[in-house]
Amino acid sequence: MVRVRLGFSRMAYGMTPGLYAMGTPTPDSPVLVTANYKLTVDVLRRELGGRDLWILVLDTANVNVWCAAGKGTFGTAELVGRVAATGLAERVTHRQLILPQLGAPGVAAHAVAKETGFRVVYGPIRAKDLPAFLDHGELATPEMRRIGFPLLDRLVLAPVELRHYLVPMLVVALVLGALPGIIQGQAGELVSAGGHGIAAALATWLGGCLLGPALLPWLPGRAFWVKGAGLGAALALLLAAAGMVQGLLPILGGVLWIGAGVSFLFMNFTGCTTFTSQSGVKAELRAVPGQIVAGLAGLALWSLDWWR
Amino acid sequence: MALRYLANVVTLQLDEAACVGCGRCAEVCPHAVFAIQDRRARIVDRDACMECGACARNCPVAAISVDAGVGCATGLLNRALGRKGDCCCSEERGNECTTTK
Ligand code: SF4
Ligand code: SF4
Repeated sequence: MVRVRLGFSRMAYGMTPGLYAMGTPTPDSPVLVTANYKLTVDVLRRELGGRDLWILVLDTANVNVWCAAGKGTFGTAELVGRVAATGLAERVTHRQLILPQLGAPGVAAHAVAKETGFRVVYGPIRAKDLPAFLDHGELATPEMRRIGFPLLDRLVLAPVELRHYLVPMLVVALVLGALPGIIQGQAGELVSAGGHGIAAALATWLGGCLLGPALLPWLPGRAFWVKGAGLGAALALLLAAAGMVQGLLPILGGVLWIGAGVSFLFMNFTGCTTFTSQSGVKAELRAVPGQIVAGLAGLALWSLDWWR
Repeated sequence: MALRYLANVVTLQLDEAACVGCGRCAEVCPHAVFAIQDRRARIVDRDACMECGACARNCPVAAISVDAGVGCATGLLNRALGRKGDCCCSEERGNECTTTK
């Protein structure tokens, strides 16, 4: 079925896969392929407004291009099927499809050419480079082909991480906040050691989910568990400097458990990055037993402060 | 600033003898791992590879192999614990992180 709509104004959330007209395309106009992910479509509309193009929307179940390509839903079979279902070959006279480069993990260009007769050209990674790409003979500069991980992209993901670990953090804060009072015979009261425990839990959470992502390029080490451990240790020392923990052993305990906590949380940020390999992350996971031991030992030392 | 991940871990393999020099791998790689020199692909920055699998998928003569997957600790931990779940959240995604339980 051919689905042609003039203008993008009627494209609503969760748009239906199919062939769309942007502006008033002719049989010579380029065909851009994308996913039926709301944000992607919005970005295309913003960057390419005023141009006459065909947009072929694949069914990725509202998942963005890169993730869908990794899962294979933005893939060869879906593209081949969609080209046939929309009758694209009758709509356009040329035989070229422009795909986002980040769709490449799911699509075998040569297989698409064999099965549909359409040649696949991979466009730039970022939609904002599409106008320049289209205006320069569909050529992407090396810069357009490289993915980065700038500050804004890292921070955009922080709320997701913060939400993900909110409940565990609250549980830890509750336990560390309440136990000192119970031990000191003031159950239900927030004694100062309890307040410090809550502050430390908060610092661990913010360190692993917000500070770590923000400071990523500057944290020493390459492994995320190393970067996180260093950041956590630094935060623990800051808490000690602020008078929140006293005594050598409790301070050491803080360095250990906050370091282990931030290390673990930040290791889980690898899934949000644009450059970590599966093999690398597998290697990192060998740090987990150490994180558990350091965390428990650290908490034991930290608790010495509760009896003061 | 180019972010660098661990050295000497990735599974990327290129069979230079099989390569026909089409240039696809260099076109699709988001980390400029390949360069085409003398009509042959070369790995010029192996440690930058994130094992996305785009090059292997698009090589017309299957000259490239890589154990493709998402470099995500949450997903791999879930798998190790016998729970289903993968993880994908990254730049072009805007603010999307999907963890399917
Ligand atoms: S797997 Fe991805 S990152 Fe690695 S070389 Fe191939 S295209 Fe580049
Ligand atoms: S995609 Fe395959 S054949 Fe083409 S240049 Fe790369 S390795 Fe060679």
